Amino acid sequence: MHELSIANAILDSVRAEGARRPGARFLKVGVRVGELSGVAPDALSFCFEALVTGTDLAPLALEIETRTRRQRCPECDRTFHVVDFDVTCPDCGAAETRCIGGDELEMVYLEMEDHEQTAAGKESPE
Amino acid sequence: MSRLPLEKKVLSENDRVAAELRARFAQHGILCLNLVSSPGAGKTTLLERTLEGFQHGERVAVLTGDIQTDNDARRLARFGFPVKQITTGGACHLDARMVERALTNWRLEEIDLLLVENVGNLVCPASYDLGEAAKVVILSVAEGEDKPLKYPAMFFRAELLVLSKIDLLPYVPFNMASARENALRVHPGIEMMEVSCTTGAGLGSWRNWLEARRKNARPQRIERGENAEILRFAQDDK
Repeated sequence: MHELSIANAILDSVRAEGARRPGARFLKVGVRVGELSGVAPDALSFCFEALVTGTDLAPLALEIETRTRRQRCPECDRTFHVVDFDVTCPDCGAAETRCIGGDELEMVYLEMEDHEQTAAGKESPE
Repeated sequence: MSRLPLEKKVLSENDRVAAELRARFAQHGILCLNLVSSPGAGKTTLLERTLEGFQHGERVAVLTGDIQTDNDARRLARFGFPVKQITTGGACHLDARMVERALTNWRLEEIDLLLVENVGNLVCPASYDLGEAAKVVILSVAEGEDKPLKYPAMFFRAELLVLSKIDLLPYVPFNMASARENALRVHPGIEMMEVSCTTGAGLGSWRNWLEARRKNARPQRIERGENAEILRFAQDDK
């Protein structure tokens, strides 16, 4: 269960961005989680929510984009998604293919309210 | 509403500290290995047998991580090499900052092999780079041969798989061939060896692997060329 520390690291980054943009109000943070990252998306969402609730960052949402493992075949240059650990090239049958993705654990974007909206936000939410 | 692209690693702060550690290890010609496994697979016992095999005066040091107790450090300190316990106080893994802190009072120029025993856990330690040259995953035959498939992240990141406790093979339903096949499915090309710390079987291969990696960690010193004695030592090895 290291998802709590992972969620904390995400929030640290959000706070760092906030410090660079005084007055900015963040709505959503996008994170990419690969199946080889060792991070369980559900547990991460749970921890993230628990950490955000009741803080100045609430109601910041977390959007997780999951990534499957991807391999490239050195023989025919085909790239493919791995299903059930089968890393054999589906085109030419080469057994030795190279892993080119699937271990991602990255912050992708931060969505924030525009400044005009923030000023007017109190009277007319949305 | 606007979207600010970030494109940075979630654990970028950990990765930054790990990169600093890696640079320091390279500068001092230190081979750092991160030993990972589930609890009870035999990390500490493998370290005991490893330290036992070293001559007095070998430049070896150990960091050992646990959630609680300094039992492992006490077990390992018997061999006379520097050992430090990192007690995480609840965290299920070591991170680069903990390793950095633990090294504060050590003279890195006196070490050339640093063995880091991670917290027993096949999941979380996979995500944290400690600045190591390689992760070594230990899987005992008392566990299931499908562990690589259940915990792919760890086996994917480890360079070497040590199959331990092979003296128990006659008593447990462990299929070695399928364990190896599963590891290769997750990590094609992963190196593997079988050991028993009880009988000593396979420990020679483990030591040879360690020594080969230690030699590889040395050239950095030669490039710096500030220590003629080390240069000669490295050449003698050829």
